[in-house]
Formats: sequence, structure tokens, C-alpha cells
Amino acid sequence: MRRSLCLMLGAVAALSAPAADLVIQNAKILTVTKGRLDGAIHIRDGRIVEVAPKILVPAGAEVLDAAGMYVMPGIVDCHSHIASESINEGSVSVSSMVGIEDVVDPDDISIYRALAGGVTTANILHGSANAIGGKCQVLKMRWGKDAAGLKFAGAKPGIKFALGENPKRRGQQAAFGATTLRYPATRMGVEDVIREAFLDAKRYQAEWKSYRARPAGRVAPRRDLKLEALVDVLEGQRLVHAHCYRADEILMLIRLADEQGFKIKTFQHVLEGYKVAKEIAAHGGGASTFSDWWAYKVEAYDATPYNAAIMHKRGVLVSLNSDSGELMRHLNNEAAKAVKYGRVSEDDALAMVTINAARQMEIDARIGSIEPGKDADLALFDGHPLSNYAKVQKVFIDGQLYFDRQKDLAQRAERSTRRKVLLEKQKKPQDDPGRRGPGRRAE
Amino acid sequence: MRISMIAATLAAAALCSAAGPALPVIAIRNATVHTASGPVLEKSTVVVRNGLIEAVGPSVTAPADAWVLEAPSLHVYPGLTDAMSSWGLPAATPPAAGPGAATAPPPPARGPEDRPSNSSWVRAQDLVNPSDRTVTAARNAGFTTAAVFPTAGIFAGQGALVNLAGEKAGQMTVATPLGQYLSLSPRGFTSFPGSLMGVVAYVRQVYLDADAYRAEKAAYAANPRGARRPAYDRALEGVLESPRLLLPAVWAKELVRMTELAAEFKRPTILYGAHDAARVAPYLAKSGAAVLVSLKWPERARDPDPEADEALRILELRENAPAAPAALAKAGVKFAFYAGGVERPADLRAAVKKAIDAGLDREAAVRALTLSAAEIYGVADHTGSIEPGKIANLTITDGALFQTSTKIKFVLIDGVKYEPAPEAPARQQQEEKR
Repeated sequence: MRRSLCLMLGAVAALSAPAADLVIQNAKILTVTKGRLDGAIHIRDGRIVEVAPKILVPAGAEVLDAAGMYVMPGIVDCHSHIASESINEGSVSVSSMVGIEDVVDPDDISIYRALAGGVTTANILHGSANAIGGKCQVLKMRWGKDAAGLKFAGAKPGIKFALGENPKRRGQQAAFGATTLRYPATRMGVEDVIREAFLDAKRYQAEWKSYRARPAGRVAPRRDLKLEALVDVLEGQRLVHAHCYRADEILMLIRLADEQGFKIKTFQHVLEGYKVAKEIAAHGGGASTFSDWWAYKVEAYDATPYNAAIMHKRGVLVSLNSDSGELMRHLNNEAAKAVKYGRVSEDDALAMVTINAARQMEIDARIGSIEPGKDADLALFDGHPLSNYAKVQKVFIDGQLYFDRQKDLAQRAERSTRRKVLLEKQKKPQDDPGRRGPGRRAE
Repeated sequence: MRISMIAATLAAAALCSAAGPALPVIAIRNATVHTASGPVLEKSTVVVRNGLIEAVGPSVTAPADAWVLEAPSLHVYPGLTDAMSSWGLPAATPPAAGPGAATAPPPPARGPEDRPSNSSWVRAQDLVNPSDRTVTAARNAGFTTAAVFPTAGIFAGQGALVNLAGEKAGQMTVATPLGQYLSLSPRGFTSFPGSLMGVVAYVRQVYLDADAYRAEKAAYAANPRGARRPAYDRALEGVLESPRLLLPAVWAKELVRMTELAAEFKRPTILYGAHDAARVAPYLAKSGAAVLVSLKWPERARDPDPEADEALRILELRENAPAAPAALAKAGVKFAFYAGGVERPADLRAAVKKAIDAGLDREAAVRALTLSAAEIYGVADHTGSIEPGKIANLTITDGALFQTSTKIKFVLIDGVKYEPAPEAPARQQQEEKR
């Protein structure tokens, strides 16, 4: 049932079954964790087995000459909303029963576009309409596969929280024709909602604990999907990704998490993170921010493009995210801005869109750098990826080619012709009096 | 022929109104009989007695007491069955809301526990109206039977297999309960569930609750003294009464998503819509789900925005949808057709013909409109094919079904004959004439 299906959509999908061995030769390799190395990468069964200046090509191996190309780990985006058929369950302030996992949209063209920008893995988050949102889903951009085939098997589950203006908005104004307001209306209320939810979750946890200790002759407690997800958080089995902007709410959430006994894995957006970087680092939280995007609402004004660099220097694990299907296509440029603003080293800047994001999702043992043993998720650029002029040429996931710029260009004419043929075929008479005339009524 | 049949009809009408089941005996002789359960029988006779099929075959002779219909040019099919419909049911009442509404809208639901958009306890057989216009229209199109479902809400209610004729609603009902009809429409941003993932979570929680409720009730029934009684929950009662669930799924991704969701509930599942099913037919075969294919093939909107940039995948779906039934048949998926809003006989024929032109075997198409529906709902032991002992629901045509020129001559429902109103010309024919 869970096996993945290959839904070929006529687009550039997994192009062919890969040879067991693939060697990428003559590449400028940006490993991210081990510096730069000019040489070759040996891939076997979807994993990197060797990275070295010279590799003895095994018999039968496929060889890709990457002369002139830079290879970096596939880009990892810690905050995206693509490939999902819904984003917000905004009707209630605690919607931890819902999850992106149920509504993954393998047909969303944004997957392919992200892939064309070198992204191989993304954390698909619930929106920020409520204090405790829905469950997240980590996806690999395996364009052409079905929902199960996109899911990052073994990735730790996550959940979205949100602070500030968005979760309290519907307490202040009725939305979309509704006549009733939704609690909370203030930042104090957001805190209260989260605290109450965890108190409920603890009662629920205790109820199950008691039942499991002595199940004989008792009816099992009713399963509550909303509280189950929060019990996961309390038990360290689900990562919290919290949307936030202001320093005061960031501190509030750290204190609340400490009080209730759970951790915030990442602070998302976190535009005032530079003010409380020490506290974020002390909590063990990561920060996933924008390079230079702010001032789109009041709480997002006191921002600086040096945010990533300052937090990084203060010991916070920092990633740069997209939160947008457009921005997602050039996260390498976002990383470059961290060099420009704050003189972050090139490796550290690339880490912000690869290994750091992977660490924030606790999948860094699998992806995020070019090292033996890791998944062969690679992006090949025709220039240094921190350059604005570099274009993605090929993208591999699990050693399979999922994007090839030349093939993409070649297929455009074919797709355009197919479109024209179908449109012509499906054309209807512009006007059809028969359907409006008496004949239509005679039934 | 015509005279004897009219006489039979008159006699049937007369006898019908009398108490008791004394219906006329009818023998249709020398016809081509498409049994659906076996091979097509040439020059055969079908004998109908007491509302049931008594005998069928080339060597069957008409009993002495039968009204005999010599039918060398006619084809006899099992009564056409719409596998999912709302024929005969009242249209869903629009919610009373907005300015001037008599009652205030209900407060927004705060979660699954409020059971929003749920009328799982509603039963189609209690709503069906024999004098509804759609019942006659369906019969005119050659249908004798339909699986009818209430369709309003996420948990819309329970279906019933009904015959499309009867003086009283109770006479129409053939089998109940068929299953629970689910739609997956979010309720808007302000009331739970306000998103597709909210609907999925809601449905999942309701099925979990239903199983917990059943366990609680059983525990209480076994030992009520000293225990608190479980609170009655009509929404869960309705779910527990439903032997299977029907889930909407048009696109491949939806067919897979709904198959996986339903697998969690461990209940027989029927997926409806299924236009993109060709892409996942082997997967569906493996899952064991039954599939209902809508005969309302996707079409380009009338007067579309010339600037609209329709995705290639939508164009491909329109192109490939009629090939879905052939792919399902090839993969061995149990599937049946439903009209899906196509009502005019000529349009229905054209819609099925599209599937045949796209590779579906002609007799497989007959099955998909007759026996398959009965099998999917577990009632094939008494209806759906032309076999002795089964309900005498028959559709008689003057040519092979789904041929453009073929007309419905009459139908037998519970052994009673109904003649269709004259057909309006088909849309396609009109378009061709222009």
C-alpha cells in the first residue's frame, strides 16, 4: 500500500532507472561540512559512497562529466507551503489533529520549480492562522512520484506553532463573513491557548499511562488525535516549529516551553531573533529566517538583514527559508546575502540552506552535506552557487536524476504541441442554439 | 406485439393495485438476452412471474398462462442500475443563514466532537419519493434501479438500493443499508473543519470515536451496574450502521489518498469519481477497493475565458477520462458506472460509448451498469443479472445498448412494465447537424 507509484506526468520525472553505480567526475565539490574539493563523487544505490580527488570508476558505472560545474548538497528548505492542498485549519486555535501528511499534492508544479532551483528536501508546514497549527511533513522533491513517494521516510514528525498577530487576528475581527470571534484576541491569549493545550495533553497522557499500566478489564480511553500530537511533543517525538517575530513573544514561548517541559526546535521567521540570540541558543532552539524580507506588517518592522549573521555568531543554529514557492527557487541567492550582510563564510552561508536546515529537522544524518553514507541528493550549478549568475543544470535525489535543464528545454516544444492538439480537440462550438432552443426543453 | 404488451401492462396495473402479489406472467420470446452473469443468449426466452425471473434460455418455452411477446429484434438486459445517485431524494435544503434567515446559523464547530456537517444517521429509504420527477426521468433513460444516497454534508447519510417505480416509497426499497456517503467539502475558514486536512482529520477522528463508542457500549451492556452509561451519539450510530463507506476521488492522487485513509478504518470502501483511475489502476486492484466511475466525463467549460491558461494535466484528464473504465477492467478492479448528473438517454448512451471506444469491452460496459453495482453492494444474490429467482428488473431495447441509434423500448421493474417517454434528440446529434 505504502509503496510509491510512479505517476508519470509527461514532465521531466525520474528519467530512468539509475545504474547501481554513478560517478560524477571533474566537479568542483562544495561539501559544506568538509570544505571544497575538486574531484569525483561515487554514488551507489542512491547513497554517496566516496568523495575524493580521484575515483576508480567501477565496471558498468554510469559516468557524468561535470567539468566546469559546481556540485553542492541538495538545498534544504525548513519552511515551505508548496505541494499541499491545504495550508491552514484556521477554524480553531488548536488544530494539532490535522496534518500536511494527509493532503500532500504530488501534482503541484511548485515541486518541479523548487527542484529546478536545486531544492531536494523541504519542510512543508501548516500555516500560522492559529496558536497551535497542524502537523508538518518533510518531503523530497521527487517530482513524478505520488504522495507516499515524496515523503521523506524516517524524518522526525513536526508541528507548527504561531505567535503574534496572525493567531490573534480572528479574535479581533470576524473573518470571511463569520459573525463570531475566535479566542484569543491578544498575545496573552495566545500564551494561554498553548498552556491550556499542554495541560490537556498532560491529563490525556496520564489517562493513557494509567490504562497501559493496568489494561485488564478496562475499556481503552478514547483516542484524541489533537492531544496525541501534543503528547508527542511532550515526549520529544515531534519537533516544534514556531512562527514568531518579536523578541518578547520569543522569550514568552521559551519560558512557556520550559514551564511545560518541551523544546522549541526552530523559531521561524524570528526577525527580532538578533535581540534574543543568546536566549534562543541557551534553549537549544534553531532559527529559520529570511535573508532580507521584512516590513510586511507591524510586527515585522524591527528587522535587519544582519539577523542571520548575528544569530549565527551568537551560537544559534541558523537556516534561511523560503516560505514561498518563488523564493524557494533561488535559496542559493538567499545564502549569498548572508555573506554580503555580516561576512558569514561561504561554507557557513551554504550551510544555512543545507546542513543547518537538515539539523533543524533532525535529518542531518541523511542529507545536508556531501559525505560518504549520505543520500545522493545533489545540485549541479554551472557557476558558484553563491553567484547570481549560476544556474542549476542537474539535480539528483537518491542518486536519480530528477531535473535536467537541457531535457527541460527540449521538452518545452513537445509539451506546447501536445497542449495545442488537446485544446483544439476539446474545443466546443462557440454557440449552440440546439441546447438553448426548444429541443433542450423537450426532455 | 404492441397489442399484447399493452394488454399486459393494463393487466399489470390492474393486478398491482389489488392486494397480494398476483402479477401477470410475461414471456419475452426469441430475444437476444444479455444476462450479465453469463454469455449473451441468442434467440432466447425470458419468463417473468410474480415480479421475479422464472426462467431464461434458448430452450425455455413460454408457459401457457403467460403474455407472450415475440421479440426477435429486441435485446434484453438486466435492469440498468445507477451505482450512486440521488434520484428520488429531495434536493438538499440550503442552510438557513444570512440576512432574513428565520433562524440564526449554528455556532461554529470547535472540533470533531461537535460533529459538524454530519447526518450519518439519515437513511435514503426514509427520504425517497416515488413521484419525484427524477424517478420518471431515470426510468425513461432505461434505469430500473439506483443506489441512492443523501449527499449533503461531510457525513451525508446512508444509502439504499431502490427500484425506480412504486406507488409507495416502501415498495421501492430493495436493500439497505448500502453504506455511508462522505463528501470532503470544508466548511469555510471559520468553522471546523475549514480545510481539506481538517476534513480528513475529522473523518479519521469520527471513525476512531465510533470504534471506541462500540467498545464502550459493549462493555456497558455486559455489565451495566455500577458503570456510567455511554452518552448516545447519533453521528456515531450512523457510522456504525453503515457497512461500507463511499469516498470522493477523481484524480490519481485522490484515489491513492482515499485508499490509504480508508485502509485505516478497516471497512469496505468505495471510491467515486475516478476519472483519473487509469494512472493507478494496478494500485487500486491491489488495494481491493471498489470504484464507481462517473459518466459525466470532464469537459471544457462553455464559453471559457480565452485567456485562461489551463494546465496540461487538466487537458490530459479530459482526453483520458473515458479510458479509465477499460484500464480498471484490465487491472481487475471491481467498478460500476453512475450517471453523475447525465440524465438524457442519448447523452448516457454517448457517455458509455466513449468508454467503449476507449477500449472497454461491450459486455463489460453492460456489467458496469448492472451486475457490478449489485456485487459492489453485496446484493448480487437477488438482483443485477438475468438469472432465475432474481428480481424481474429488465431493460429492453431495439438494438445493442450504447449504439447511437438504439432506443429503450420499455423496462420491467419488479415484473411491471413501464414505457419511456419519447426521447429528445441527443446533444451530440444536434451539434453534428449544425
